[in-house]
Amino acid sequence: MHKKTIAQLAAGLRSGEFSSIELTRACLERIRRLDSKLNAFITVSEEQALAAAQAADSIRATGRGGALTGIPIAHKDIFCTRGVKTSCGSRMLDNFIAPYDAYVVERLKAAGAVMVGKTNMDEFAMGSSNETSFFGPVHNPWAGTAVPGGSSGGSAAAVAARLVPAATGTDTGGSIRQPAALCGISGLKPTYGRVSRYGMIAFASSLDQGGPMARTVEDLAWLIEAMAGFDPRDSTCVERPVPRYAAGIDAPLTGLTVGLPKEYFGAGLSPAVGDLIQAAVGVVQRLGAQIKEISLPNSQLAVPVYYVIAPAEASSNLSRYDGVRYGYRCSEPRDLDDLYERTRGEGFGAEVKRRIMVGTYVLSAGYYDAYYLKAQQVRRMIRDDFIRAFEEVDVIMGPTAPTAAFDLGEKTSDPVQMYLSDIYTIAVNLAGLPALSIPAGFAEGRPVGLQLIGDFFAEERLLNVGHRYQQETDWHARIPRGYE
Amino acid sequence: MDWEAVIGLEIHIQLATKTKIFSGAATAYGAAPNTQACAIDLGMPGVLPVLNEQAVRMAVKLGLALDATIAPHSVFARKNYFYPDLPKGYQISQYELPVVTDGELNIELDGSVSKRIRIIRAHLEEDAGKSLHEGFEQVTAIDLNRAGTPLIEVVSAPDMRSAKEAVAYMKKLHSLVRYLEISDGNMQEGSFRCDANISVRSLGESRLGTRTEVKNVNSFRFVERAINYEIQRQIELLEDGGEVVQETRLFDTGRNETRPMRTKEEANDYRYFPDPDLLPLEIEPALIEGVRKTLPELPDAKRARFMLNYGLDAYDSTVLTASRALADYFEAVTAQCDDAKLAGNWVMGELSGALNKAGLDITEAPVSSEMLGVLLQRIKDNTLSGKIAKEVFEAMWNGEGGADTVIEQRGLKQLTDCSALEAIIEEVIAANPNQAQQYRAGKEKLLGFFVGQVMKATKGQAHPQLVNELLQKKLGA
Repeated sequence: MHKKTIAQLAAGLRSGEFSSIELTRACLERIRRLDSKLNAFITVSEEQALAAAQAADSIRATGRGGALTGIPIAHKDIFCTRGVKTSCGSRMLDNFIAPYDAYVVERLKAAGAVMVGKTNMDEFAMGSSNETSFFGPVHNPWAGTAVPGGSSGGSAAAVAARLVPAATGTDTGGSIRQPAALCGISGLKPTYGRVSRYGMIAFASSLDQGGPMARTVEDLAWLIEAMAGFDPRDSTCVERPVPRYAAGIDAPLTGLTVGLPKEYFGAGLSPAVGDLIQAAVGVVQRLGAQIKEISLPNSQLAVPVYYVIAPAEASSNLSRYDGVRYGYRCSEPRDLDDLYERTRGEGFGAEVKRRIMVGTYVLSAGYYDAYYLKAQQVRRMIRDDFIRAFEEVDVIMGPTAPTAAFDLGEKTSDPVQMYLSDIYTIAVNLAGLPALSIPAGFAEGRPVGLQLIGDFFAEERLLNVGHRYQQETDWHARIPRGYE
Repeated sequence: MDWEAVIGLEIHIQLATKTKIFSGAATAYGAAPNTQACAIDLGMPGVLPVLNEQAVRMAVKLGLALDATIAPHSVFARKNYFYPDLPKGYQISQYELPVVTDGELNIELDGSVSKRIRIIRAHLEEDAGKSLHEGFEQVTAIDLNRAGTPLIEVVSAPDMRSAKEAVAYMKKLHSLVRYLEISDGNMQEGSFRCDANISVRSLGESRLGTRTEVKNVNSFRFVERAINYEIQRQIELLEDGGEVVQETRLFDTGRNETRPMRTKEEANDYRYFPDPDLLPLEIEPALIEGVRKTLPELPDAKRARFMLNYGLDAYDSTVLTASRALADYFEAVTAQCDDAKLAGNWVMGELSGALNKAGLDITEAPVSSEMLGVLLQRIKDNTLSGKIAKEVFEAMWNGEGGADTVIEQRGLKQLTDCSALEAIIEEVIAANPNQAQQYRAGKEKLLGFFVGQVMKATKGQAHPQLVNELLQKKLGA
């Protein structure tokens, strides 16, 4: 049962081959048995899961229910879940139970999906290896010594290890795509504004976007269809009809033009990864697509610009964690300053503090123009690069990450090296575009991800190309050893 | 040396929306602590602000009334600082691009002199909560009911030259926001709060002196006192060879003096940047035109009309247009009695006096405009003398009914019957032969004595002019 995709599980539930209760129990059992090796979950919500599965079964019993009714999923612990702890990977929120569901949680609940738990993540989504979590690192199912990527590392590992068929993630600079690539699963970062951010704990508000993580592109299509939509509670959410994503994934690729940005194949890209991406391009070409070399001339500015804008927004977004109303509070504060200093000093980890300090610095009087304002200007240039490119091509392809999964501890002492693992994903967030990462092979036994970037709101096109690719390949169907 | 004061005011006005500027929680004043704060007001993780359209409409309304520019594109920014009653650790405000710029407000000085005060900007922002220290030991209590309440901050140019001008400006703006029905203007509840920037310079100097900011002075009286104190303090400092330090000061109402605030609170670098949770505020011309249609007649236009149509002088017109309710009341009384001068005198005299004494607002007056109008009609048709009318007014105020009922029940109808009056007059003359003799011998001021006697005999109900005429006739005979 755990090897089935959402589409296959839905068929099984519909035919009565198994119930959601049985399916959910199987998931919970696998989590119990296997997660000690992975540390993918922060919270397992067994009781709520079984109640939701029961409800889904009764809906199925009346012949109703959609593609997700009764399907177990996990939520990244950044999405607020009413009555179940939402820690955001931080000591600061280790005791926080939200009185509301995030929009994404609400929507998936309404679609009948069964939440089995909350997944581990880099603290406040700040990290590319899941090593900054207060709850300890997550291990990559493909190699226990390797990182799963981050920040949605728990979600990626849980899906790759077949603990759950799908999970939610968030992507601020690559946090869905990079762990999807490193764990050999599929992940979609939607267009900024496609999925409401309500109830999704903010890291960098102008970049954050929630999205689905699953084993196949077809499953992503079912999930995003449920997650997308207009929500008046998020002013940056776009009011626009939600396509029936799954319906369009089989379309032929003839007439499709794929752009390969030369900047994504230069120095810094591991040759093994480069070869696999070229092979993947070949598959798409055989399916009828035209390949064209393009240029995104400001690509090399994406990482520095991101590391001004994201920390700036984060420094402000994280100011609310002050020990006054909820969350961690230091013991016996002497006075107000002591309360602030010790609560935040003890409640946040090193990477979060580093980014708060960087963000505070770049917004300070005298530095604002040189850093924040300049970064916003460059951000527009990066966006314009993409807009020009999409006048020529339909989809842009390249690697998701420059290397396969690195080892735990390998980059923790050098933040800049860590930041560079997001070099191909960050520009997409700065521009607000949708992008997909799908498995494209293995380098020394560790998965490699192919990234497909689309024009604004062109998720359908991305899913179509990704699905057709997965019809021709079986990288996404490979199961890590020990998790068969 | 002669000194000149330079004053600019920043006034925070609470907008009378039903819900908060970025959440659906109620804004009503006086609820139990923290019962009107939702997850957004509490700064819970993951929740997001959504702009209240009513607040925007009110800002546009004020902008139009100030003859200002309404920005087609303005931006909400975050003002970052830590304070326990600021739940998010930042206040959402407008910084570089406010919604209203370049307006003006005319103030009247000494009745007829008017002065134009420039408005630099007005911007929308959210209020913070309240920290409560009284009644708690060892701790500070936080009430977040006020957090997220919409404010518009109106910033004037440094165009005022005295505390009196500053108060006139403040009163005019206060009156305006109430005319526009965008704020209740309640100063006790903090709906209208003033920070004053004050500096002095030698007369004729064009450069500005170093200013101080006096924070949170919340009554017209205290603003006047605080500014006067601060002007005097700065002048004395400079005359003694000292220098004014740029700082924020608080007005101590008990001691009538300003004192520096702890300097620590000023060391803030607010790190303003555009709020990424809110899109820029785009205001379409159609919205502006829609709001324009809802604008009432504004105080200046009303005042001009009162002078022209009713023949009132500048002072009376200013007083009667101070609030929309007062002006409406006056106009209703005038329509009823058809005598604007008489109506004006009564509204500004008896009525305002009684309201002040009872501590009531014009909207709470127990004597309606219609009742007062009927009373004045009775003066006009000689049923009542002005003096008796005051007695009737008092009776009406105390709930004895309308003017006609009171006149009837108290038997206050004025004596205008000539033959009846003549009889009384003859009696009075007969009873005072000596005085009649003296009058006839040329001591004409004794006429007043006879009028008094007649009025006394008629319990004041005689028509005074008629009594005068008849007495002169009888005594002269």
